[in-house]
Amino acid sequence: MTSLASTASGPGLRRRIGRATPYVLLAPGLLYLVVFYVVPSIQMFTYSISSGTLETGFTMTLSLDAYATGLDRFGKQFLNSIVYGGAATIATLLIGFPVAYAIAFRGGRYKNLVLFLVIAPFFTSFLIRTISWKILLGDQGPLLAPLKDLHILPTGFSLLGTGFAQASGITYNFLPFMILPLYVALEKIDPRLLEAAQDLYADRTQVFRRVTLPLALPGVFAGSLLTFIPAMGDYVNAELLGNPSTRMIGNVIQNRLLIQNDYPVGAALSFILMAGILVAVAIYARVLGTEQLTG
Amino acid sequence: MTASGTSPATSRPPSGRGVLRAIDHYALPVFTTLAIGYLLVPIFVMVVFSFNQPVGKFNYSWNHFSLEGWLHPFDWPGLPDSVRISLTIAFVSTIFATLLGTLIGLALTRYQFRGRGFLNGFIFLPMATPEIVLGSSLLTLFVATALPPLAGGVPTLYPTGFVTILIAHVMFNISYVVVTVKARLAGFDRRLEEAAMDLGANEWTTFWRVTFPLILPGIMAAALLAFSLSIDDFIITNFVSGTTNTFPIWVYGVQKNALPVQINVIGSIIFFVAVGFVAVSTIVSARRSR
Repeated sequence: MTSLASTASGPGLRRRIGRATPYVLLAPGLLYLVVFYVVPSIQMFTYSISSGTLETGFTMTLSLDAYATGLDRFGKQFLNSIVYGGAATIATLLIGFPVAYAIAFRGGRYKNLVLFLVIAPFFTSFLIRTISWKILLGDQGPLLAPLKDLHILPTGFSLLGTGFAQASGITYNFLPFMILPLYVALEKIDPRLLEAAQDLYADRTQVFRRVTLPLALPGVFAGSLLTFIPAMGDYVNAELLGNPSTRMIGNVIQNRLLIQNDYPVGAALSFILMAGILVAVAIYARVLGTEQLTG
Repeated sequence: MTASGTSPATSRPPSGRGVLRAIDHYALPVFTTLAIGYLLVPIFVMVVFSFNQPVGKFNYSWNHFSLEGWLHPFDWPGLPDSVRISLTIAFVSTIFATLLGTLIGLALTRYQFRGRGFLNGFIFLPMATPEIVLGSSLLTLFVATALPPLAGGVPTLYPTGFVTILIAHVMFNISYVVVTVKARLAGFDRRLEEAAMDLGANEWTTFWRVTFPLILPGIMAAALLAFSLSIDDFIITNFVSGTTNTFPIWVYGVQKNALPVQINVIGSIIFFVAVGFVAVSTIVSARRSR
């Protein structure tokens, strides 16, 4: 290729090939993403403003009925998604921050080992992990059975099928997504900054509040998004660990699309979820003011 | 590790009140240990319960030790097929996603061109979109290929199955590959290539003899990530799998009526293979850097 360019037509053609190279490299992958990411998004929006059935086909009616029906009938599940997704995000932050702090500042030579243990859950299937929680929290499982035998808990007590079990399952599944970005942010902090603050007579609380915490904010931002976005759309924890009244919007979307074949409403709900998340992210970024921090 | 490894003695300030110091000394390590325990308990349960002899169809409470599951790890209808399909899809989708993603990663890090900033952002979109939205929008596209006005004009992708799962897995993996490869290329010393050119190598030789070997570890890391994401995916696959079962889809279907001990066995095997991979690669890279 190059020999042809340099011998036959001189530097002109060669430069033109050089200029085309990035586009040639990009073309196959981008084309793929356009066909299987952009086009499906458009298709989904089209179905959300259409009416019809799987048998007759769908015709675009530009009606917003599916959105009205979706919000009207499934408001509770949307609320559940916000409540459980939000609770899990806060819980992962409360658990994850001290852990990330300990690894970054006190890890010493165990740093890599502890980081490895944090990501160890990723080496098992997400579903199997959740099933393990089901075993753990079961009425006769390893957690409750001994407590019941000792009569600390009444025999009828159960955790499975409660909102608590669901929230703790979501918290569990997304905790590493919170710890890792927090760790990356904390790890980057120059210890000399903390020493400088101490030299300037800041006490430990002030050092933490005025130096460590602001510098960790990009990590808080990234970790919260990595937790909240998948947690909002999750339906596995709700189905395996929760009960019908704790179902989230993900459960409704999969039910509408895969069981009821109700494409307009399923598509509309999916679209509302996406739009809601974008708005939440924008507000969150504004509140934390991380735009300047993350560049 | 060494760069950040300020010894505890220097990073622990001498001043401060007693209570806070106590928290720092005792509460933080204890809390961290408990949190790590919380992360590991379900894995522990998975492995322990793979040695259970369950009473009835559900492996929910401990009965007694048995090697039954490990001696017959595939002995459940549909399980061997699902594992085979999962491995095939993970393998094929990894190859395609790694190829397409690496090319994008090369273009984005090594060339200046119009729209580069936009593309850098665009690549993040599939990763930032909730899986459920990715799955449901792909399903609407696949359904649309079987209905007017598209039907007849394009290849039909509905009813969904093996091919649609493959399409979906390549799609969600491309961005992860791009990001991983880009991270590797960011620290690349372009002078190495210039040196090769100065010594008379042309672009083609330079790429294959200098650039490619240097970025190969990044490509391998991206491929491993893609493989593990593919083999574990449930949410997106559930929307586009039809009657084809990958291992997670099979587990999801079967756990409503039974919880065979084989689920724990296969889960444990996947876990130990993955841990082994990481252990070996850590040891190898540690040796090499010495």
